[in-house]
Amino acid sequence: MEEFILRKISIREVKTGEYTEVKKGCLTINIDDLARTLLEDRHIRSVDIRLARPGESIRIVPVKDVIEPRGRISGNESPFPGVFSDPHVAGEGVTVSLDGVCVVTTGKMVNFQEGLIDMSGPGAEFSTFSRKSNVVLVIEPTDGLGKHEHERVVRMAGLRAAAYLGQAGISAEWDEELRIPGQDLPDLYKADPSLPRVLYVCQVIAEGLLHDNYIYGLNAQGSFPVLMTPGEVLDGSVVSGNCAAPCHKHTTYHHQNNPIVEDLLKEHGRTLVFLGVLVTPVKTALVEKVRICTQAFKMARMLGAQGVIISEDGGGNPENDLMLLDRLLEKAGIRTVLVTDEYAGSDGASPGLADSTPEADAVVTNGNGNQRVILPPMETVLGCPECIDRITGGHSGSLRPDGSVDMEIAGIMGSTNELGLENLMTVAM
Amino acid sequence: MATIRAVHYLNQFFGQIGGEDMANLPPRIIDGPVGFGTTIKAASGDRIEIVKTIICGDNYAAENIEKLKESVLEWVSGSSPQLFIAGPAFGAGRYGMASGSLCSAVKKELGIHAVTAMHPVNPGVELAGREVFVIETKDSAQDLRRSLPLMLGIGVRLVDGLPVGSPQEEGYLPRGVRINVRAPKRGSSRAVDMLLKKLAGEPFETELPMPTYDRVHPAPPLMDLARAVIAIGTEGGIVPRGNPDRIEAHNASKWCRYDIAGVDGLQEGDYEVAHGGFDPVAANKDPDRVLPLDAARILEREGRFRKLNDWYPVTVGNVTAVRSAEKYGREMGEALKNEGVQGVILTST
Repeated sequence: MEEFILRKISIREVKTGEYTEVKKGCLTINIDDLARTLLEDRHIRSVDIRLARPGESIRIVPVKDVIEPRGRISGNESPFPGVFSDPHVAGEGVTVSLDGVCVVTTGKMVNFQEGLIDMSGPGAEFSTFSRKSNVVLVIEPTDGLGKHEHERVVRMAGLRAAAYLGQAGISAEWDEELRIPGQDLPDLYKADPSLPRVLYVCQVIAEGLLHDNYIYGLNAQGSFPVLMTPGEVLDGSVVSGNCAAPCHKHTTYHHQNNPIVEDLLKEHGRTLVFLGVLVTPVKTALVEKVRICTQAFKMARMLGAQGVIISEDGGGNPENDLMLLDRLLEKAGIRTVLVTDEYAGSDGASPGLADSTPEADAVVTNGNGNQRVILPPMETVLGCPECIDRITGGHSGSLRPDGSVDMEIAGIMGSTNELGLENLMTVAM
Repeated sequence: MATIRAVHYLNQFFGQIGGEDMANLPPRIIDGPVGFGTTIKAASGDRIEIVKTIICGDNYAAENIEKLKESVLEWVSGSSPQLFIAGPAFGAGRYGMASGSLCSAVKKELGIHAVTAMHPVNPGVELAGREVFVIETKDSAQDLRRSLPLMLGIGVRLVDGLPVGSPQEEGYLPRGVRINVRAPKRGSSRAVDMLLKKLAGEPFETELPMPTYDRVHPAPPLMDLARAVIAIGTEGGIVPRGNPDRIEAHNASKWCRYDIAGVDGLQEGDYEVAHGGFDPVAANKDPDRVLPLDAARILEREGRFRKLNDWYPVTVGNVTAVRSAEKYGREMGEALKNEGVQGVILTST
């Protein structure tokens, strides 16, 4: 297999200008040109492109997806294979990323699972996205679209904008390089047989509107677990259709920067052998959970995994999949760690998971999503502030007359991210 | 720093009245500290002054806890202290139960900070509840010298409004609440560390011990369905148009009941989905898909059961805290039972 190289360009400044280009850590965007590109989709009536930088008094709500701009060096390949292009295999060759920049999609609310990003104040402490220079797309689709079509139009616009901006980075100087050697299974088994072999199972929700992820453009609802190289996961093969509550849904950015993949790569060849990633759909019916988990278990055994990390996507019923697979693996002697978050009530006194199993003796928690926060008013609100009362984490009266917000951190994008991107956790007190 | 006024609760033994022979002693209140209470001022760095001591026999306390509570609340309220201290009770069950109940009552009823100390298996720990800090002790009074300063330290911090650290740092028993904190490392890195330890057979500590849940035993089957009143209900968030009571899309703060007397089926536009955990398009199109009123009416007309209840209970079961769900379930059950309902079809999404 070919080596994967991810070149990161640190972007320290984002501004609008005549040409879309990256120069000396500065991204300049020709807003009209980007808008024109997005309006090629005739389902979009208008798009308002705004910048939101760290420290500014800006609130973005309702946020649908967050995407890191990416470009592919090789040929005509797309940074999101299978979405706008043929589904070529990701994670080989060279990709560039605009590190420090995100595309954020917003507009009319389609469903409850859309979240909030504050660029300053206490809300900003909960989200990686508050520390990014965000290119915000306020998208208004044409009339008469159903919810599914509306969601698809907005999702595609975000990916298109990320590819457009990433293209500008292709000839720019890069600052940091992540190299992942192209090792096939025989290479991995030969490397150092004394090291434990570790598989990573990454849940991706596939449960319907705003609960779907796409693997190479395929809605994961129609998929069994897919075995990927670490580079493949980081290289745009999985894109988010915005799943579950804002605090713990994996956005496309989270997949592109999956921290479990990154941290396992750091240990690869030193303390463990990283076999790869099983991208594993989560569906609602029990028979589907059993079908998918038994397949994931089978693959873990076929690969000879000795240790497994399973990360949850969303909350509630995916915990059933989490426990089911943990039980299967542990009973077969495969040591397993779960990565989750909790809904322990605003007082922290409720059991925080919807399912449990005695075998799950090694769990990392990324915090309690029910914690209440008061967010001060912001000078600018991009999107639709009234949605705050209706998004997950909000309640009737969340948006207060002075523009401040009383809500749960469940409504803040990525606040309890279950890939462990943040450092929130809970302790028993 | 100002001196903190405190009331101290002791049993007959630590109150220096007598042993088991005096266990039936009714409660009494004395000015100033008694027994080891006299060391509290020095042990707290001159911060805490015991203004009153309440002493009660263990048997009396166990047999008359409500009466004891009443007296103690009255006396404590009359002494206007800033802190209530009970015990340490160590492994003594009756003493522990009195200490736990009294601390809980003082905190709840009077809003006065309360601390106690006892052995983890003492039944008083549970009675102390979530709002009271219980310092962990060994099972005998030999642990007094070690545990007393811990108890006083937390008491001072509570009165001063300063934060209390983790159970490990402060020596108290976890109260069953989980609080968000910032970890030194991100979650992914902690997961890799934990896995490496687990693989190497080294000790590791889970961040989230598995919760335990109540088991609900199924009710016995209905023997005569044809004469039964049946209700339908759902956690799927089917509500009248506009969600009039604003049931939240997740972690619902309430359940509601809506009238369906004379309604044959749920029409698109009249009812809608308030639930944030599933794709609502199909159920918005036909809300009967989640709350099967149309089918229930057919069965009712066919005489399969006597009558469909005139209202249905509904909430949103989407990442709703388990404690809330337990409460709503209990309330729904009671309300339906009062209505004479014998069976319920409860749909889930």
